[in-house]
Amino acid sequence: MSTKASRSAAKVMISPAVLLLLGWMLVPLCLTLYFSFLRYNLLQIGDTPFAGWENYYWFITDPSFKAAIKNTLVLVGGVLAITTVGGLFAAILLDRPMFGTGIIRIMVIAPFFVMPTVSALVWKNMFMNPVNGIFGRVATSLGFQPVDFFGQIPMASIIMIVSWTWLPFATLILLTALQSLDQEQLEAAEMDGAGWWNRFWFIMLPHLARAITVVILIQTIFLLSIFAEILVTTNGGPGTATTNLTYLIYVSSLLQFDVGMGSAGGVIAIILANIVAIFLMRMIGRNLDA
Amino acid sequence: MGRIQLKRVQKKFGDVEVIPPLDLEIEDGEFVVFVGPSGCGKSTLLRLIAGLEDTTSGTIEIDGSDATATPPAKRGLAMVFQSYALYPHMSVRRNIAFPMRMAKMSREEQDRRIEAAARSLNLTEYLDRRPGQLSGGQRQRVAIGRAIVREPAAFLFDEPLSNLDAALRVGMRMEISELHRKLDTTMIYVTHDQVEAMTMADKIVVLHAGVIEQVGSPLELYRHPRNLFVAGFIGSPKMNFIEGDEAAGHGAHAIGIRPEHVDVSTTEGPWRGTVGVAEHLGSDTFIHIHGIPGCDPFTVRAPGDVAVSHGDAVFLTPSAPHIHRFDAKGLRIA
Ligand SMILES: Nc1ncnc2c1ncn2[C@@H]1O[C@H](COP(=O)(O)OP(=O)(O)O)[C@@H](O)[C@H]1O
Ligand SMILES: [Mg+2]
Repeated sequence: MSTKASRSAAKVMISPAVLLLLGWMLVPLCLTLYFSFLRYNLLQIGDTPFAGWENYYWFITDPSFKAAIKNTLVLVGGVLAITTVGGLFAAILLDRPMFGTGIIRIMVIAPFFVMPTVSALVWKNMFMNPVNGIFGRVATSLGFQPVDFFGQIPMASIIMIVSWTWLPFATLILLTALQSLDQEQLEAAEMDGAGWWNRFWFIMLPHLARAITVVILIQTIFLLSIFAEILVTTNGGPGTATTNLTYLIYVSSLLQFDVGMGSAGGVIAIILANIVAIFLMRMIGRNLDA
Repeated sequence: MGRIQLKRVQKKFGDVEVIPPLDLEIEDGEFVVFVGPSGCGKSTLLRLIAGLEDTTSGTIEIDGSDATATPPAKRGLAMVFQSYALYPHMSVRRNIAFPMRMAKMSREEQDRRIEAAARSLNLTEYLDRRPGQLSGGQRQRVAIGRAIVREPAAFLFDEPLSNLDAALRVGMRMEISELHRKLDTTMIYVTHDQVEAMTMADKIVVLHAGVIEQVGSPLELYRHPRNLFVAGFIGSPKMNFIEGDEAAGHGAHAIGIRPEHVDVSTTEGPWRGTVGVAEHLGSDTFIHIHGIPGCDPFTVRAPGDVAVSHGDAVFLTPSAPHIHRFDAKGLRIA
């Protein structure tokens, strides 16, 4: 297939696309880097003098920065845990033949197509509202004190909303992987004396390892930048209880109009995201080349 | 011990009756081959015995006790699947160890049995490889290894050789036969290939649309096929069937003559025909002859050095004691 000529032809052919992508990424990246070293506030008309590492210094030493890092990790970790475990469970349930499989599968995937702002608003107003929400009503009718979700357990509430959106994604990928498992392997294991749990542990789980890796990697990338759900529910509060890194950058640059500080935060976020990516690749990447 | 009895065993998938009620006895230590065309229910029957499918009605007894409702793992049977069904993420060693691990056997005993199995199957060098790094024949042997270490009451094979190339198939056939001789354990072997059935079996069970057409030793089936189906299925090349006047002359609806029971001559004989295709195999020549009334083409097995070619006129003489006669229902007339 790949002769020398075809390989060099391929390089020539893809070069425009590569250049375009490179420009697409490099221009905003360089601008962000550039702004991050300026004292650049939209409320102060006039000069944008060079500020050195000042923006970085103030961004990192801001007490909300530490909270934001912690919140980001809790949010990503929580959602990953719920969606992978829940997705595995749902996939195994959906894999068995049952009545109305097609409709049930469409219903299961549906939440993924709801826009984050919409789903968060629905959850906020129709489910989690202590007075009018369904949970509140149920609690009241049973004689309990309704939970003020965004006041008392804000982070858990957001994790729940985001998990609701991403559970279908995990379920669908894991279900597809599960369906590609050779049934004869399961039957062989059954004859070899493996009960359900052993078949799950020794046959299904290793078969799903690669799909689980994909689910974790893709979700991590998207979950690091969760924003809409926080904006429409808690606005990062109470205090900084639900401020993640993305939201903190938004606060700096668009609520405090400090472009320099926001850019510094952006650069820090890029570095952190890359550290997480390398870490993840190291940890589970070997599943991918097996 | 591995004595298996099927009593009025029936299997339906929904409304489709794949196996009508059927009786079968398999003695301890026998090598039984289920043979029949594709889709006739061989695998289903084997899976019923294994416990991977539930019977619709009837009972399955293993060593005299009713095992109809016993789960597969408890029946003491080991199965080798057509696709081998090896566990791809485990090394060969761990694959073979899996059933023993599930049985919570001691580590030393596991190692001892793995070593023994690996030695007898020529797998010692490959114990640390993954199934994906093995050839088809080696995978097959791993699957067999995984079955022997359990020391089962009976082995079940479902078309184990159909994914191998012709040369390897002949080799593995011998290996499985030798294994049976050595272990002396009941083996049930499913195949659609009558050559495998003839060469390996103590007892052949010919199936057709879920119905047992005949049970017997290979030579019994060859010499005394009970009906037209068995007569046509067993033997290669296929038996020639002649209907019409010629058959009526023998007092039958149809007569059958195997290709090897006909003499060819260029000068004289009761039947006259012309040579169509002659297949020269070296040791034998299969001649397809046209123009014999009631059967076209008529196949003859002649010595390798017979000198005939396309278009030649030839005369055929059937060997009278080897003519099989069948009635209008296709049953053998004794
Ligand atoms: N799980 C099943 N559901 C419905 N029909 C089946 C199922 N398994 C097998 N069959 C049908 O039963 C018949 C016998 O199949 P099988 O035992 O696999 O044949 P063989 O192994 O002799 O080729 C076939 O017609 C097949 O379509
Ligand atoms: Mg089959």
